[in-house]
Amino acid sequence: MNGLTARNNGMSGWEKRMASNIQKLKKIKQFIPLYLMMLPGVLYLIINNYIPMAGIIVAFKQFNYTKGIWGSEFIGFKNFEFLFKSPDSWLITRNTICYNFAFIVIGTIGAIAVAVLLDEIKLPFAKKVYQTIILVPFLISIVIVSYIVYGFLSTETGFINNCILKALGKEPVSWYSSPRYWPFILMIVHEWKWIGYNCILYYATIVGIDKGYYEAAVIDGANRLQKIKYITLPALRPTVIILTLMSIGNIFRSDFGLFYQVPMNSGPLIDVTNTIDTYVYRGLMENSTLGMSSAAGLYQSFVGFVLVLGANLLVRKFDDENALF
Amino acid sequence: MVETRKAFQVIAHIIMIMLALFCILPIILMITSSFTSEDALILNGYSFFPSEIDFTAYKYLLVDSTDIIRGYMVSAVVTVIGTTFNVTVTTLFAYPLSRKNLPGRRFFMFFIFFTMLFNGGLIPTYIMWTGTFHIKNTLLALILPNLLMNAFYVFMMRTYFTTNIPNAVIEATKIDGAAEFHILGKIVLPMSRPIIATVTLMAGLSYWNDWLNGLYYINTDKLYSIQVLLNKMLLTSLFLKSGLGKQILGSVGETIPTSAIKMAVAVLGALPILIVYPFFQKYFVKGIVVGAVKG
Repeated sequence: MNGLTARNNGMSGWEKRMASNIQKLKKIKQFIPLYLMMLPGVLYLIINNYIPMAGIIVAFKQFNYTKGIWGSEFIGFKNFEFLFKSPDSWLITRNTICYNFAFIVIGTIGAIAVAVLLDEIKLPFAKKVYQTIILVPFLISIVIVSYIVYGFLSTETGFINNCILKALGKEPVSWYSSPRYWPFILMIVHEWKWIGYNCILYYATIVGIDKGYYEAAVIDGANRLQKIKYITLPALRPTVIILTLMSIGNIFRSDFGLFYQVPMNSGPLIDVTNTIDTYVYRGLMENSTLGMSSAAGLYQSFVGFVLVLGANLLVRKFDDENALF
Repeated sequence: MVETRKAFQVIAHIIMIMLALFCILPIILMITSSFTSEDALILNGYSFFPSEIDFTAYKYLLVDSTDIIRGYMVSAVVTVIGTTFNVTVTTLFAYPLSRKNLPGRRFFMFFIFFTMLFNGGLIPTYIMWTGTFHIKNTLLALILPNLLMNAFYVFMMRTYFTTNIPNAVIEATKIDGAAEFHILGKIVLPMSRPIIATVTLMAGLSYWNDWLNGLYYINTDKLYSIQVLLNKMLLTSLFLKSGLGKQILGSVGETIPTSAIKMAVAVLGALPILIVYPFFQKYFVKGIVVGAVKG
């Protein structure tokens, strides 16, 4: 640095500026290989993510495949008017939010409980076995999950009708046409698939807690519950906040497979299984409702975005360190 | 004190065993059902203890039909090509982000982070891929949309690079005159095997399990991956109408084990992952932990 200033001393202002520009160019030039490395990723993100973001304008158009997004006629908020006047808009919003809310609450409490319990187990081998097994459902694709659910619920050959209800002397239930059971079925299936995954997230945080805290607590005469209450749970707070924040940002999104494939797209169940994602997909398949569907898609993206910004803002206000950005 | 501690351990084990059973029993039901003879299934339904073991369903699927084998081939090709591209693009994007002195680093971080916050949604994406890029009913439709790059994996790798590769090492090799690509290939990558294994497994899992791209963009049965085939078989009576059904109906005059076939085909779809998983369990766990929390 000293050498540089010494050399600069003998130059005029113009020369100095040129020199500093050349310096800057040289600095940028040395990074060209790094930019080149990022090029494929940047191109992919532009194509796969950013161009469709511009394409949300389709929600304001009377879309026509031959004319394309840009050529189609502009109709302002008509699609939104149709969407919000239809009873569907209320139903899909209610379903999406209620299910997600239940998933967040049950999922978080369940996962923390299991993680704390897993940490208390002393046998290393048993710990490893439990951890391995509860993660298996996470690896199974939702399509296969729908087969497993069918194995339990099929009216003729299902395990529940044939083995459980028969043994109890009860009449078989036609599960795929009885909407009142499905909120519970979907919650159980979702919890089954994700408990191992969520549990591992919290367990990793618990393992990372400094053991010294626990030793000190024992010296002070703390019992197991007190240790959990005053050390483990507060240590989990940042993880809970981050994960909940991300879930809130996604509260307008739903696992399409869970709501479409697992109930086998069954008509009688539609009132309890239709979410924004399944609605948008069904609209894509039938052209007549494409306009409303694209409006629903934009509604989903926009509200989700506002929610995540809002949630982050709240966290930043009360607990600055743990905000997402 | 010792007594209560022991009692607590016992209770903890009992709860964990029940949870493990809750997680694994449904998968076992799927497996046992696939081995059950059709007569027993019609009589007793799917059960954990088949009264009559029978492999006809697998014979139909693997010997008499070409659909499953073709589905496996499509899935394998897509998974290998897709995962290779994913890991390459992710590594190449994550490494420069780990270099603190890179001009514009914050911009590029935001550029990828924003894709996690906002997206165009299904309809514009669908119109673009089919209208502009014409990938409908090509193998590319199973590889390109959404799965090729994931912001989570990029952040995961970047975090690994920044925390595990000392800046001094990179600086030293640069002074020696090594080019950036050389540094990445010869210095950084050999030090990053665990994270590469993790990203490879997670990306491979998402390609193997993907059925949405197939659902949206594929409607010729030649290009059905195993997951898409599974989806179509459950929701439509596809396998009675098209290839598989014809072959089964056309073969010997036995009863078709449709109920067992349903479970056997699901077992075949999950099998590769269930086989691979125990060997790579720790990488999966690492991937989940690093990806979600530090992302």
